[in-house]
This record gives sequence, C-alpha cells and structure tokens, in this order.
Amino acid sequence: MKIIVNAEPRDITATDLAAMLEELGFLSPAIATAVNGQFVPASTRGNATLNEGDKVEILSPMQGG
Amino acid sequence: MNFYGVDIASPLLLGTAQYPSPAVLAKAIRACGTEMVTVSLRREAADGSGEGFWRMLREIGVRVLPNTAGCHSVHEAVTTAKMAREIFGTNWIKLEVIGHADTLQPDVFGLVEAAALLAEDGFDVFPYMTDDLVVGERLIEAGCKVLMPWGAPIGSGQGLRTPDALRSMRAHFSGVPLVVDAGIGRPSDAAHAMELGMDAVLLNTAVAKAGDPVLMARAMALAIEAGQAGCRAIPMEPRDLAVPSTPVLGLAEFA
Repeated sequence: MKIIVNAEPRDITATDLAAMLEELGFLSPAIATAVNGQFVPASTRGNATLNEGDKVEILSPMQGG
Repeated sequence: MNFYGVDIASPLLLGTAQYPSPAVLAKAIRACGTEMVTVSLRREAADGSGEGFWRMLREIGVRVLPNTAGCHSVHEAVTTAKMAREIFGTNWIKLEVIGHADTLQPDVFGLVEAAALLAEDGFDVFPYMTDDLVVGERLIEAGCKVLMPWGAPIGSGQGLRTPDALRSMRAHFSGVPLVVDAGIGRPSDAAHAMELGMDAVLLNTAVAKAGDPVLMARAMALAIEAGQAGCRAIPMEPRDLAVPSTPVLGLAEFA
C-alpha cells in the first residue's frame, strides 16, 4: 500500500500505524504521530488502521526558540 | 516567579535553536543559569538525532517549554501541542499561532481560540502575543495564567519597540507573570524589559547568533539581574533641567 510519510511517498506492507513505524525503522521512543492531520497517541497506534494514500506525520524533538 | 504552580528562580528563559553546536548550547545554558528552555518538534529523520537532543537537555536538568513554532492555524497549533505533550511529558506549551510570514506576528484571533481549546484540554498555555491589553484579557479568560508579549519581531534583535505598551501591560495585569518573548538583541534590551517590571525575558537568537554565545548568555543573565534589581529599587524620575548633585551651600567665593 502506498502512503505518504513525512511528505515522502512510501510503499508498505503494514496495515496499522504501529507496524508501519517498525517496518520503516522509526524506532525512537521520542516520536509522536499524526494521521491525516489528527494526532494519534502512542497507546492507540496499534489500533490505527492505515489506508491507501494516508498522510502520516512523525515528529521528534528539535531545537526551538 | 511562579508559572502554573511551579517556582522558577531564574528570570531568563532561553531558546535552544541556531547555536554553532550542541556543546555550545549546553555551555550557554549553564553560563546563564536558566531553568527553562524552549524546544520544538520537527519531522523525524529516523536517525534518532531528535532523541539525542532531548536526552542532552534531560542530562543538563533544565525544564522544557515546547513551542508550536511555524504553526499558522489553530488546528496545526493544537495538534502540535498534543504531540509535544506526549513526547516531552509536560502540559506546558508555548503557543504560537503565526499570522504573518514576514513579521511572524501572532494571529491573535487564532491564538485566543487555540489557547481556549488547549486550556480546556489540560494544557498550561504560555501565549506568544502582541502587547495588546484586550488580547491579554481574552487570553486570561481563555485560561492563560502567563502572558508573553513580543518586544519586536522574532529574530529581529530590535529591542523593545513599544515600551509604553509593555508598561501598560504591567500596570493592567499586576498579578500575572509577564515574559517579554522575542525581539531582544542586546543585554541593554533585556535590562530595559526588566526595568519595566517584566517578570522574565525569553530570548534565543541574541545569544545563539552572538560572536561568543556563551559569553553573551552570561551577559544577558547579568543584564536581567541588574534590570530586575533596578526596577525593585524604584528609579528616580527624569527631569528636563540639571540639578546640581554636589551641594551649593558652602561654595567658596574667589571673585
């Protein structure tokens, strides 16, 4: 299935958010996720089903002012 | 100074962006004695660099204030705040809803709306705002217990463009912690803000882009301490004409 991860097109076999993160190597504990503009808490990633064309944002800590 | 029930002794809040290296950032944090630094969120590169930065701050032992920098809508800001709360494990959020690409001035209408949504959701909101009294009142009605008016546009280093407005804010919001956020360029700007009775100053570029960021961090801390002491000491009122400071009585006559 083709989805968009952090603005990059990716082809994945996983069907939920938690499995997708593992498949693509997003293993850091310091990440937060959103699917199609909606925040998905870490505790519910396993229940977050992904669909063709979904847009996933994966954010991590960064320097800021 | 007390932010949402937490006592903070240092009136200097430091941003963590744009330093020459993480090591310089760490030294600058220690040199100015800040207890609170701002942080942000960006797309993860799957290389763990974000986690390393976060680990470094935890090792230094400073409290973090995540921001919603770069958000131009209420939805973006609220979603970013929720993601920041999960990653950093804090209800504190420096709320930025940017209204103009060139000046980076806050969209105060979106700011009030987002502040209400976040306060309702249990966040402790630190709103980056203009120096408008009515906006401040609306933010407090929305649940904010701290206000952060700008001194000048972010990263401009112009100092305080509207000190009279900040003075009005101080008089009007006497019990509310006020933090000048953005626009500080030099230590004298930071001292000026504190002389006006502000509770703290949040700055980043002025330190990070100085020739010697660590020395500038120290200079800012000294200026802020001096400005705060000066305010508490109650400065004299300026006069138009000179008044001799040396007594005239007993002056010799040589004519």
